[in-house]
Amino acid sequence: MAEKNLESKFERHIKDVTFKILRYSGEGDSTKFEEFKVPVIGGMTVLEGLIYIKENLDSTLSWRASCRMGICGSCGMFINNFPMLACQTQIMDLKSDVIEIKPMPNYPIIKDLVPNLDKLIEKHKSIKPYTLRKEGTPEEIEGEFCQSVEELERYEEFTFCIKCGICLAACPTVATAEEFLGPQALTQAYRYSVDTRDQGYEERKEVVDNPLGVFRCHFAGSCSEACPKGVDPALAIQLLKKTIVKDSVFGKKLENNAKVLPITQENPKKKENIKPAPPKSVE
Amino acid sequence: MIKNLLGIKGWAFAGKFSLQRYAYILQRITGLGIILYLLMHLYVTGFKIKGQEAWNSIMQTVHHPILHFFEFLLFICVIYHALNGFRLILAEFGIGIGKPGRQVYPYTTSVDRQKGFFFFLMFLVLIIVLVGAADFYLLPK
Ligand code: HEM
Ligand code: SF4
Ligand code: FES
Repeated sequence: MAEKNLESKFERHIKDVTFKILRYSGEGDSTKFEEFKVPVIGGMTVLEGLIYIKENLDSTLSWRASCRMGICGSCGMFINNFPMLACQTQIMDLKSDVIEIKPMPNYPIIKDLVPNLDKLIEKHKSIKPYTLRKEGTPEEIEGEFCQSVEELERYEEFTFCIKCGICLAACPTVATAEEFLGPQALTQAYRYSVDTRDQGYEERKEVVDNPLGVFRCHFAGSCSEACPKGVDPALAIQLLKKTIVKDSVFGKKLENNAKVLPITQENPKKKENIKPAPPKSVE
Repeated sequence: MIKNLLGIKGWAFAGKFSLQRYAYILQRITGLGIILYLLMHLYVTGFKIKGQEAWNSIMQTVHHPILHFFEFLLFICVIYHALNGFRLILAEFGIGIGKPGRQVYPYTTSVDRQKGFFFFLMFLVLIIVLVGAADFYLLPK
């Protein structure tokens, strides 16, 4: 009976794929690979394969996932020796009949595929990932900050970070220097510092301009290759180096003075003569 | 809990990552190679203070075909290290890696944008090494 249900569930069954998963009980330090046969249907992701295993083959398998749509940053794994989001990786795209899944390297393993991301979050917090103000906090200022499209684009792509930690798993520097701030935190340090509303560059510089900070980066570029959100941490880190060199060597400080407009003021660039919308064609 | 830090393996193996990651490994290895040469070079030239005879005898030893080949390897290392180092210096000043912008899938990154320049430099390395090879082995001394 159960067999039959399964078959109907997988009627668009393309092929069977072997999931070779590194298991770790959470105690001691012995790990072993375990294999599971997973029937693949079109569009099936690695995460769905893991869910299939948990529901049908071995309920003790552990991993971390939540949104299953590449936005929560929970499901980073080492899939066929590349750090990727399990929910954003389609099995057929891997073009392989064996899928080897290990927990993300450079993080302690808690159990099976669950990494301990405490360090990542600590490093992220250490660079003060929020708007720092000298001249009045956003709450104190009665008005709104003005920012041009160009000013937005200076940092916009870096805001897409979902803190999945894949970049640190890819980073060859983190591999030997655990305390290196790493691509994620350094990128956020740059992201906030060049935001015209922010005035915290000095404070963040103290955190990132040290032997375990921005200049530890060798621009191997792997973080940018692996990042599933197109954040390009390597770019942010090089620009952060440039910003700090400009300041420390040439004395050109990064200063932000976003214009503040009173909330009631009309948009100064509001266009006149815009034709009214055409009349409704249906009620 | 298992630590799972990749350690030396993390930087010595580039796996599925792109050529620039391999370039990073080579930069380190060639850098260390050049330091090794520097030490040997100091040792060998140090024979000068021991007088003409000691100097002549060490020069005899050094003029060995295998050491000559090692010198050629060193030459390749220096050329590669200098040109790739030049690329890294430019990149660290934000040159040739593009500007941040709106990301649209499929994403392009600073690593992709720098690939052309990287290939150009590697082509230069090849040319210089070929010219050097001619000088080392083909041209009459
Ligand atoms: C034209 C001359 C040179 C240039 C342009 C150059 C450039 C560079 C650059 C930019 C780096 C940093 C790479 C990174 O961030 O990972 C580097 C690293 C290094 N260089 Fe040089 N270099 C030159 C000559 C030398 C010489 C003569 C030596 C040895 C005596 C040397 C030994 C090293 C070493 C050991 C490293 C460390 C590599 C690492 O930590 O990954 N370099 N070089
Ligand atoms: S920069 Fe990219 S890879 Fe790194 S944590 Fe953010 S989203 Fe993940
Ligand atoms: S489950 Fe949320 S990013 Fe994969």
